[in-house]
This record gives sequence, C-alpha cells and structure tokens, in this order.
Amino acid sequence: MDLLNINNLRIEFPSRHGTVIAVDDVTLTVEPGEVLGVVGESGAGKSTIGNAVIGLLEPPGEMTEGHVLLKSEQIDTLSAEAKRKIRGRRIGMIFQDPLTSLDPLQTIEQQLVETIDLHLKLGEKKSQARAVDLLRQVGIPDPETRIKNYPHQFSGGMRQRVVIALALCAEPEVIIADEPTTALDVSIQAQILELMRRLCKDKQVGMIIITHDMGVIADITDRVAVMYRGKVVEEGTTAKILGNPDHPYTQSLISAVPRPDIRLKRFPMVNYIEEEGERTKNIDLSTHWLGRHRDFDEVHGPLLSLKNLVMTFVTKPALLKSNRIAFNAVDDVSFDINEGEVFGLVGESGSGKSTVARMVCSLYKPAAGEVIFAGTEISKIKSENERDYFRRQMQMIFQDPFSSLNGRMRVMDIIAEPIRFHKLASSNQEVEQIVNDLLDHVGLGAQASVRFPHEFSGGQRQRISIARALATRPRFLICDEPTSALDVSIQAQILNLLKDLQEELGLTMLFISHDLPVIRQMCDRVGVMKQGKLVEVSATEDLFENPTAAYTRELLDLMPRLDKLSHEGLEVEAG
Amino acid sequence: MISFIFKRLLQSVVVMLAVALIAFSMFRFVGDPINNMVGQDTTQEEREALADRLGLNDPFFVQFGRFALNAAEGDFGISYKYREPVSNLIKARLSATLELSFVAAVLTLAFGIPLGVYTALKGKSLISKAVMSLSLIGVSLPTFLIGILLILLFGVVLRWLPTFGRGDVVAIGWWTTGFLTVSGLKSLILPSITLALFQMTLIMRLVRAEMLEVLRTDFIKFARARGLPDRAVHFKHALKNTLVPVITVTGLQLGALIAFAIITESVFQWPGMGLLFIQAISDVDIPIMAAYLVLIAFFFVIINMVVDILYYTVDPRLRADSTA
Repeated sequence: MDLLNINNLRIEFPSRHGTVIAVDDVTLTVEPGEVLGVVGESGAGKSTIGNAVIGLLEPPGEMTEGHVLLKSEQIDTLSAEAKRKIRGRRIGMIFQDPLTSLDPLQTIEQQLVETIDLHLKLGEKKSQARAVDLLRQVGIPDPETRIKNYPHQFSGGMRQRVVIALALCAEPEVIIADEPTTALDVSIQAQILELMRRLCKDKQVGMIIITHDMGVIADITDRVAVMYRGKVVEEGTTAKILGNPDHPYTQSLISAVPRPDIRLKRFPMVNYIEEEGERTKNIDLSTHWLGRHRDFDEVHGPLLSLKNLVMTFVTKPALLKSNRIAFNAVDDVSFDINEGEVFGLVGESGSGKSTVARMVCSLYKPAAGEVIFAGTEISKIKSENERDYFRRQMQMIFQDPFSSLNGRMRVMDIIAEPIRFHKLASSNQEVEQIVNDLLDHVGLGAQASVRFPHEFSGGQRQRISIARALATRPRFLICDEPTSALDVSIQAQILNLLKDLQEELGLTMLFISHDLPVIRQMCDRVGVMKQGKLVEVSATEDLFENPTAAYTRELLDLMPRLDKLSHEGLEVEAG
Repeated sequence: MISFIFKRLLQSVVVMLAVALIAFSMFRFVGDPINNMVGQDTTQEEREALADRLGLNDPFFVQFGRFALNAAEGDFGISYKYREPVSNLIKARLSATLELSFVAAVLTLAFGIPLGVYTALKGKSLISKAVMSLSLIGVSLPTFLIGILLILLFGVVLRWLPTFGRGDVVAIGWWTTGFLTVSGLKSLILPSITLALFQMTLIMRLVRAEMLEVLRTDFIKFARARGLPDRAVHFKHALKNTLVPVITVTGLQLGALIAFAIITESVFQWPGMGLLFIQAISDVDIPIMAAYLVLIAFFFVIINMVVDILYYTVDPRLRADSTA
C-alpha cells in the first residue's frame, strides 16, 4: 500500500492577468522508507506541491483538481482543523533556510516541548525527555545543555538539525523537505543528507525532497520526478533519470549540471528553456570598439600578485585596543594570477574568499600585505588619473543579480555609465551603439536597452552585469559567485558566456565559488581557502585528481557523487 | 548585563550634562538675568553687587558646575514671576502631568496593541476596515481639535463630563492625586483620551504592520507546518516577535506623552507642568523653562534606559553572554 498518493493535482493562482496554473496534473506516490526527489528549476511548482499536501497553500492559490491520500484516506477535503492535526503529527515539513525557520525569541526546548506536548500529550516532564532524546538522534552534541539555548546560538547546520528534530517530534509518517540543504555549506549538506536518509530508513518514513540540486538528488533519493512548468515531465528511479533520461528537458537539465568528474569544453544542450536569448549577432572584435585599445601596459610576470595579504575585522569593539576582539578574515594569503588565466578561489562560507576579492579591487584596505596589479602596488596609487586607469582595467561581477543593478536606471544608462565616466567614447551616439552591441554580444539583444532591470529574469540580469563589467574594456574580471543565485540551466548558459568572452577578449579572471564542480569547469588554477588561510594552490586538474592538502581531499570527498550522470554527447576538454 | 547597564548609565549622564548645558546657556544668553530680577531704578552698583552675590561674575564653567550640581539636587533657582522656588512649582504640578500621561499611556497600550493585532489577523473583516479608516482620523486630526470637539460633545452638548481642571484631588504628601475622587476621575477622561488618541492609532498601525511582517516569516510558516494551532502561532510566536520593535517606539512615545501634554493641558486648563511651561514662555520665566527642559530630558533618558533593558530581556540575541 502506498503511504502518500498525490493524484492528478492541479493548483491555480487566480490573478488580475488571468489564472496561473502552478501545478498541472501531477501524480506522485511515496512508499514507507522511500525518498522521492522532486527536481526542477525555480517556478516549476515544486514547493507549491509540498504546501498543498500539508494544507498550507498560500492564498489565492487553490487546489482545483485532484486529491491527496495519506494511507488511502483522503486528506485534502478535511476541515482546516483536521488538516492542522495532521500537520506535524502525520506529515512533517522541513524548510530551506534554517536561520529563519526557528522562533528567535524562544529556546529550542520551548519550541520542541510545545510541539511534542501538542501532538503526543506527554506532559512537561516526558516531553522534555523526548526533546533531549530527539536532539541526540539528530546528532546535536551535549543535548541536555544545548536544549536551553536560543536558535542564534547554533550554527546553520546545527539549526537545520534542530528543525529536523522539530519535524520528527511526533514521529510523522511522511516528511516533506523543501530545499533542506540549499542554504548550507557542502560539508554540512553531506551530514544533513546522511542524517535524513538514515532517519528515513530507520523509522520507515516516506520522504519527499524538493530541490533544484542534482547533487542532492543523486546523493539521497530512490526515485525522482522531474518538473517543468507545473508538470511532471519524467519520473523514474534515480539511476535511470540521471543516467539515461528520456525527456528532452531532463536531458538538457542533466547536461547543464557542472560535473565534478570531468572538465568539459562547454555545457552542451542547455537551451531547452526558451526564455534566455541566444547570441543573435556576434560582433567582430578585431574592428569593434570592444576589441580595440586593448593595449594596456605590458606586464612582466604575473598580472596580479597578492603578497601576504591580511584582513582583520573587529568582532567586539571596545574603547581600549587591548580589549577589542578581532579575527583575521584573511590571514597571510599570497598568490599570483598570470595574464589570460582563470584563477579559482574555492572555500566554504566564511573562508575569506570574497574578502580577498574586495581587497583586490580595493573596496577593503588590507590590514597588511600588498596587492600588486600590473606591476603597481595599488595602495601606493596616489593620483586620481592613475586610480581611474586602475579601475578601468578591473571590473567585478557580483553574486546577487537582483541587488547589483540600480532598479531606477534603464539598462542603457547602467551599461553606459562606466563608458561615460571613463570617457571611452567620443559621442553619445557612439556610446549608444556600443551599449547595443554589448547587449547583443551577451545574448540579450539591443532592444533590452530601453527596459528596466526588474523586467528581466535573474539570468538575464546577470548578462546585464556582465555587459556592464565589459563596458570599461577591462583586462581583469573578478567574478564573485556569479552563478550561485541562478538555476542550473541558466548557470550553464552564463558560464558558457563567461568562457567565450574570456577566450575572445583574453581576459584574466579571479573566479570565486563555493561550488567545486563549477570551479573545475571554469578555472585553470585553483586556490583552496579555509578559515582565512590559503591551504593549497594548484592547477585545476591536479587539484581534482591529486589533491595535496588534507582539507582539499575532505572537500572533494564531500562533493555529491554524480557518477550516475549520463555521459552522452559530452565534449571533454583535453588536459 | 551589569556592564551594559553601567555603560547606559554613563551615556545617560553625558546626555543629561549636554541638556543641562543648553538649559544653562538660556540663563546666560537669553536676556540678562539681573535685568530680569531687578526694577528699572536699581543702580549700577547694586546690580554689580547682586551679580557678585549670585556668582554671575564667576568663570563660565564654575557657574555651569554650580548649575548642574544644584539641578541634580532639584534646585533650579527661583521663578522670576512667581518669586517661588521652581522646584516647588514643578512639584505641585508634576503629579497632574504624570497622572494624565499615565492614564493616556495605559489607554494607548490597552487599545493600540489589541486593535493592531486584530486588524493584522482579520484584515478582511468589516470591523478591521472600520478601525483602520477611523485610525486615519486619529493620526491626521491635530490634538487641540480633538480636544475641542470632545469638549463640545461631552461637555457642552451632553453635559456628561467636566471640561477643565482636575476636579477634586487628594493630597498624599506632596503628591496630589485625582484617582481617589469621582470628580477627579471624571475630569481625567476627556484629556487622557485626547492625549492618547494619536499615540493609540500610531501604536495600532505599527503593531499591525509589524505583525503582518512577522506573519510572513519562515518561522511562522514552520510553526504552522508543525501543526500548532492558530492561537499559539499568533500569540506565542508572532506577537512576541512583533513587540520587539514596538517596545522602542512605545518608549519614545511615552516620553512624548509627557512632553507634549502641553497642548492637551492648555486645551483643558489642566494644572500640569505643560501649562506652567506655556505660561513661562509668555513671561520669559527662564528658570522654569530651564527646569522643564532638564526634567523632560530626564524622563526621556530614564524611559530609554528602561526600554533598552527591556530589549535585553525580551530578545536573547542581544545578550552578550551568548556562546555560538
């Protein structure tokens, strides 16, 4: 007997511009002890299914067709009160962001005991004992004392364990986990997934994992349903879906996943999603403005050289210097980047990667050490002219495409701003022509120039950011997690674009990411950072094949295994 | 915690000294204090002697130090108009203002918070919509107009409530209270409603906005997903989180209630500090103005300190002894 059946589910969101069908004719089943993955990109309707099952569909959304059966009992037609009694008791839910899933003003104990007592009516004492026991089960050390703590006293991974403990309070039959590890570092992700899988098998709980991450799917699920625009386009065992997908969307999705095991020249077949533009018109760089005047000062030796860089942040300010508590976000980091090279910087959150980038482009002033760019030490630049020249050569692409563009400026002005500021074009007409060409070149098309940033999707905005960065004709690009906010197929397109541009323009890049597979696809050499220190620098393929530092090996081991992934039609880049 | 309170105390002392400096500057630079005290026929010698006796020829900082020390002991000199120590004048009126502000504050919180919660939870009900529209009136009508309208309705047309003064008061030591007599209580009704109305609508709208914000957060969604009943979700989790920012504003508004009782007091001829202050301004009675300034600043400082300590107890994230 199936544990949970979702039959022909259809969910509609009526709006002023007509009804949006978020979920269309979706049928899924989960057996006890089974992990079902629901994978898809943003807007595919995955989370809506989870919300509908537990009866927390956000208004104005409504289930117009289909039904949900829990152990053959129809639950979608129950009263609100009866649905509430199922929530937490028979169906548990885990959300994406552990940092915001817990009430900040109550101790872990208060929240656990509240939930346990509500469902199991054990009374205060027994509930407390069970709470401690649950925390032990999810692997929180020293649960008797930690239980008295508030959520902010736990790290992200520990908080997600607490959230899981809360979901397990009443031994539910089904757990729905909505992107349970997206907000976590890879090492924590591996631990949490392992924990969830073990609990699922031990307690014979049926689990639905909703995610966009193929790594998570490969790691933990037994079966997978692939969603695209509200529909399940393909369903099957994990090995089948990853290794031999039938539907073109699934094939495109799988081919867009950055591979940890091999380096590809480009991501193939990633254009199933029609919305993103293809490059319609390539500009001839030998004659175009963008290709001209690339005669920067010649450099002997590396283009960028960091020498013993240190950055200190004060965590506890005090009047007296001796009372201050500071920590070194970046601690004695030195590396060189040669002209035309893509240098990757990888590490978990808080390892100091972004701080290095900010010191390189002198957004932060290093506490000690030197940043030498094209033979000049940047802290020694005094004249405004020299500083402008330095800034023109170096541009940055940020992580969040939503907050890195000024929402009140048209795309034309956003991209034209650096050209005008550095006086790189002689007339307004020329500026406009250049902007239009840049937009064509990054695959958006010149017609985008009159629109505002909010009219574009995340991937399109990142293309605007790239066009803006190119507008000073830089020789050096800093990309700080340029694709980590994007869906995997969009990520593949943006990475392809960056690769092409790097080749065409001979750009040098500092590429920062927490994602090792992405690093493998993009970079020539890689530096691994841990707690502010650089633990290893080596050529990318060497790093992946023969890591020297223990920490690097650890990171590589924690990478989700994607061995099952289809290898069809891939063009592997030679050494 | 102790170091935190100590730090805040230190800051408070600095604030009070700054305010005292401003108040003191009024003495020195707004008009000539001697001229304010003596008649036109006083000779230059007598003026000199008086200035000497009052210490007006001493260096600036000595005078300021004396002023601050006296003020700390509650001595603000002698009123030019009443020829009485300012401290006595204020003492006699302090209880009237504080009682009025206290009742207004209770009204503000007792109606503002529940109404805010109600309109946030039942946004679509008719009552909420009516309350929200009415609250616009509270926010937009000036206090004196509300006062006059209330007087017109309840005092003149219906003749239910007294329109001015405190009614009969009972003296307990130097404190006089209107709480213990019927006419005292009746007299409190109109002025306290007038004073509270603006604050009430402000707090209500703030609570509503904050509550709606909190209800959208993940931990509320997760609380629902755990099957908690609405009552627990709304009042145990949402309301408590709503109150964190509300405490700050309430604290500031409480200070404002005391400070801005001036308008209400003049509309209702309420014998409080505000009325005294208004009269002091028209009479250029600088000792009273200085004392009022220092006293109000003192209330603000005290309230802010209480708010900070409350913050500390409500929000565990602010407690420094936390271990990550």
